[in-house]
Amino acid sequence: MAYIKLVESSLKTIKDICASFGYRKGDLINVLHKVQGALGYLSAETQEAVAKELGISAATVYGVVSFYSFFTMKPKGNHPISICMGTACYVRGAEKVVNEFKKQLGVEIGETTEDGVFSLTCLRCVGACGLAPVVTVGEKVYGHVVPDGVEGILNEYK
Amino acid sequence: MGKIKVTIDYKPLEIEEGTTVLHAARQAGIGIPTLCYFQLHDMGIENNPGGCRICVVEIEGRRNLAPACVTVCTDGMVIKTNTIRVLNSRRTVLELILSNHPADCLICAKSGNCELQTLAHRLGVRQIAYQGEQSHFREDRSPSIIRDIDKCIMCRRCEMMCNEVQTVGALSAINRGFDSVVAPAFEQDLIKSPCTYCGQCVAVCPTGALTEIDHTPEILRALADPTKTVVVQTAPAVRVALGEEFGMPVGTIVTGKMAASLRRLGFDYVFDTDFAADLTIMEEGTELLGRISAFLAGDKDVKLPILTSCCPGWVNFLEYNFPNMKDVPSTAKSPQQMFGAIAKTYFADKINVKREDLIVVSVMPCLAKKYECQRDEFKVDNDPDVNYSISTRELAALIKQANISFHELPDEDFDNPLGESSGAAPIFGVTGGVIEAAMRTAYELFTGQKLEKVDFIELRGLEGVRKATIKMGDQDIHIGIANGLGNARKLLEMVNKGEADFHAIEIMACPAGCIGGGGQPLHHGDSSIIKKRAAAIYEEDRNKPIRKSHENSYIIKLYEEFLGKPCNEKAHHLLHTHYFDKSTVIEGTVDVENN
Repeated sequence: MAYIKLVESSLKTIKDICASFGYRKGDLINVLHKVQGALGYLSAETQEAVAKELGISAATVYGVVSFYSFFTMKPKGNHPISICMGTACYVRGAEKVVNEFKKQLGVEIGETTEDGVFSLTCLRCVGACGLAPVVTVGEKVYGHVVPDGVEGILNEYK
Repeated sequence: MGKIKVTIDYKPLEIEEGTTVLHAARQAGIGIPTLCYFQLHDMGIENNPGGCRICVVEIEGRRNLAPACVTVCTDGMVIKTNTIRVLNSRRTVLELILSNHPADCLICAKSGNCELQTLAHRLGVRQIAYQGEQSHFREDRSPSIIRDIDKCIMCRRCEMMCNEVQTVGALSAINRGFDSVVAPAFEQDLIKSPCTYCGQCVAVCPTGALTEIDHTPEILRALADPTKTVVVQTAPAVRVALGEEFGMPVGTIVTGKMAASLRRLGFDYVFDTDFAADLTIMEEGTELLGRISAFLAGDKDVKLPILTSCCPGWVNFLEYNFPNMKDVPSTAKSPQQMFGAIAKTYFADKINVKREDLIVVSVMPCLAKKYECQRDEFKVDNDPDVNYSISTRELAALIKQANISFHELPDEDFDNPLGESSGAAPIFGVTGGVIEAAMRTAYELFTGQKLEKVDFIELRGLEGVRKATIKMGDQDIHIGIANGLGNARKLLEMVNKGEADFHAIEIMACPAGCIGGGGQPLHHGDSSIIKKRAAAIYEEDRNKPIRKSHENSYIIKLYEEFLGKPCNEKAHHLLHTHYFDKSTVIEGTVDVENN
């Protein structure tokens, strides 16, 4: 037998979420969405547990997780930073903002700082194109961000 | 369903409503090229993702070209399959697919048998106008299968086979865009996945992305080593398919030429897995009768139905998916492993060769056999009972390398004492055959009467799940048969839920059984090939003077000289095995915060 270990409370969360969807295989994306919301990220062990609960293969679950950029297999930082790379933000200089965040934090897109404080991701349009370029930190939205303003944003969370 | 009228390439045609353009064209004798599309007609196997766009056609009144494989005909539709627009578009699509495909056709394992290569030739691609970025995935080498995913064209046939037909769930399409490939969960190696090594993914892969591990170099080395005695055994399904590799008509029985070619390759003894199939019947049949007799005598603990255990892909599947049933299959080893165990004891003693100087090679229609012969429980002091297992395709490659003109070979016999077999042995190669062979012997042992009609027609056929009742004297024996692992799952779930009252179930992992195995010459979706191989297997059975395993004189002699009685202690030690629970268990651990 191969044993996959998961913290009991996380396992319970996964089981409850799968049960709340009636273990419907077709609700895999919704289940993953909820599980990521509850646990922060989708580890391989978490995906194995979801697969087992829904009676589908781990390969199928991983196929979905690796397809959608919303899903992440890495733990996010305490303050997840997302930079919009949608068309409006992009043409107003989002890439320069991204580069400044990378430089200041010393991480690449999709990574988390070693101290676990910040993680950096890109997303496609938050529906606030009038504020382009847009950055979100957790739930807070920053508009008209320029590279020189990056340090100030980070300092708010240090 | 009603009939509708369409026109394809100016040819009027009446077809069934619901027919796709691809199939309508085929009915009109027009072969639209395809790549991702795959079908085994009559066997319920179809891959139709509509993804590659090679099969595009022009439909009057539509602005865009339409993929023939997923476009359903409507009444009055006018279709053109070979206009300049279609031809150019098709070639562009293919050039784009080729633009990031490794161009190592000269040395690719699939060269000459690659559907992508054939298509490039057919469409007359002489230059590739685009140069794409190359992917660089690491090569994954499992005990049976090589995944060279840089050669994957995302046709997704393997994914369909692994998930829909076999319900194994080892493979899935992962990632997106340029990075998308078919891989096991978390991009791990196959060995860490629930892969059964049935090899059906390899059997349908159009390119060199999925191939078998090649053991021919090790075999050439062993044959050249003067200190080694090398013996070979050949599985029943090989002799009805090997001829295809040499351009012979499908269904040609090449048993004699195969034995001759193995002798010319330099094998010291050319033996037959069919001999071990007869031996399997002695052991498995005795076990079957023992369990049924105990059940009829009122023993409540007896495990029924008994499940056959010859197929290593199926055994792997059971260990991963039905661990609660691991005590249910027959404990009899597969014929390949029984042969190895007898060769390295009884036969090694007979010819006075030390175990470590005897090399046993098997030729199998199967890739799971490569994994099976490396299992720890089939080794003695780390020496495997069967050293190497090669596929039908690998044997053909060896014969070609050795300059042997296969067509011109005389028909030769196998050597003895491990080469004689009854008609019950060749039918191990086709679905229903193992249980038919077992019934021929079980009937006579159970009733004490001679079985007059040896052909159990009711056990034959290629349907995925079959049921039959055989009369043994006054007793009805209920039999279930499944070919393909998805069908096996259906049968086992019925048993698990107590919905079936079978006494015995035969399972073969590959569709149609070993004749459709992952190591056979590629059928490229032509199911008539599989049917002709099945017919040849039954012909091989009919041609045998002896049709029942227990009448094989060399089997009788083996028990007299060496084993004693079927299922006795010695037989158990050498010819029986046990199964493992390989399922995955999710275990909750104590929260760190609570510590």
